[in-house]
Amino acid sequence: MSFIEVRDLKYTYNAGEEDAHEALKGLSMDIEEGEFVALLGHNGCGKSTLAKIFNGMYVPLSGSVKVDGLDTSDEKNQIQVRRKVGLVQQNPDNQLVAGIVEEDVAFGPENLGIPPLEIRERVDEALKAVNMYEYREHAPFKLSGGQKQRVAIAGVIAMRTKCIVLDEPTAMLDPRGREEVMETIKKLNREHGITIILITHYMDEAVQSGRVIVMDDGKVLTEGNPRDVFSNVELLKRHKLDVPQATELAYKLKNAGIDLGGVPMNTLECIKLIEDYIK
Amino acid sequence: MTESNVIETKNLSFTYGIGTPFEKHAVKDVSLTIKQGEFLGIIGHTGSGKSTFIQMLNGLIKPTSGTILLNGKDIWAEPKKIRNVRFKVGMVFQYPEYQLFEETVIKDICFGPMNQGLSEADALKRAKEAAFFVGLPENLLEKSPFELSGGEKRRAAIAGVIAMDPDVLILDEPTAGLDPMGRDLLLTQIYNYHKERKNTVLLVSHSMEDIGRVADRVLVMNKGEKAMLESTRDVFSKGYELRDMGLKIPQVTHIMQKLKLMGLPVDEGTLRVEDALRQLIPLLKKGEQK
Repeated sequence: MSFIEVRDLKYTYNAGEEDAHEALKGLSMDIEEGEFVALLGHNGCGKSTLAKIFNGMYVPLSGSVKVDGLDTSDEKNQIQVRRKVGLVQQNPDNQLVAGIVEEDVAFGPENLGIPPLEIRERVDEALKAVNMYEYREHAPFKLSGGQKQRVAIAGVIAMRTKCIVLDEPTAMLDPRGREEVMETIKKLNREHGITIILITHYMDEAVQSGRVIVMDDGKVLTEGNPRDVFSNVELLKRHKLDVPQATELAYKLKNAGIDLGGVPMNTLECIKLIEDYIK
Repeated sequence: MTESNVIETKNLSFTYGIGTPFEKHAVKDVSLTIKQGEFLGIIGHTGSGKSTFIQMLNGLIKPTSGTILLNGKDIWAEPKKIRNVRFKVGMVFQYPEYQLFEETVIKDICFGPMNQGLSEADALKRAKEAAFFVGLPENLLEKSPFELSGGEKRRAAIAGVIAMDPDVLILDEPTAGLDPMGRDLLLTQIYNYHKERKNTVLLVSHSMEDIGRVADRVLVMNKGEKAMLESTRDVFSKGYELRDMGLKIPQVTHIMQKLKLMGLPVDEGTLRVEDALRQLIPLLKKGEQK
């Protein structure tokens, strides 16, 4: 049994009304515990709808979604599902509620009715995990975008969720902020075994995942390890996506008759391939 | 000041919360000139002062010291006429789609020109041109803005500013949150608008790849100060300095700089994949023959 099992999932906004919009059109996927999955797709392909279904915010109209064996359509599972899957959204300013960083991180566990001593422990642990412990007494509004997102992630970790879904967490961040968030996500996945589902429009982030799932028009278009998926430059471009510049350069060289003998995922790999090619 | 400078700032500074414990110098002593018709990229980490700086350029924030000349005139010489500055220096904020409010898209785009005092017919003409520039198809113009997709809403909001025919168009992260093709398309449309109208465009972005593609010069802000203002290739040739400021260079520029260090005769200021290909294909082909 997979950690998340999606079977023939359909979801329609305003179902039965004039302005009904079918966002998910029969989608199936499995996500294993401990995986780092990047979810790609153009605007309006249904990624964010799926994210909200993963943590039980929306309920499937047909088909099924099981999280750690729990059917998310069953109302009595709702709270359990939300404890297992945490959601981090795009805008850091819309997610922080308290006036002090550690109080913000404590908000989740407090709502779960965790005893105060354990909350203290969880908050410290969560802030350390995202490298924000030294900011625990700061005011969230004074932090940078990357720091705010890391506090939002800590808030989810403090609830001891097994899985974190991040919906474009770096869209509003500067380059360093993006790096901070990516390093944090990878560390949580690697060292704490937390399942990560990262929705992103940045291909240089997607290549850092273990598996890429590409969505299109409410369905899964293709999936596989990043190197296989990003080898298929034409397919991605046809579906309004892209590849990192390093990958594109190698791809276009190959089209021009210069086969570097590999698909680079980042600048260093590309430089290495060109270096080897010259020798 | 020569005629070719559209904006000139002299020792421009802005301090938040003067006299309180929260006093903070958001912008410190920035002096620069922006040329008529140039495409200027603006980069800098969060909190580097970019937003405060651009908001001073169109009179939304009054500098605590220093002056801003627009076409040679101090914009704060007559504070009551500051509204006119906002028509001449058009500002597209981040996530502008949240600012749409009218019944129809076309009415929303007309809002700016109508406020400028244009007749309905003239405003409509401007609005249609603006919609064309941003690639909004005519059949969407009579719809409610709330029926549009995210990308279309963003375009409608940008059209609303373009319709005022500003001398200077400032865009703050116009492509944030768009998918790669949406980014690409919008960036191309902005670039074409700039080429055709020959207007000055200021683009604030965290995407070094985007800046590399379209900007003539780049202003780098760091801790409220002007850290660099040079041609795009010269700025991105300083990868290490940018990294110290929490910034990056485009991937393709990074690759070409490393290849140059390895002894390949390539341009370390290469900004686009196409330009890299033009240099690498002959070089690598030649290598093959040896």
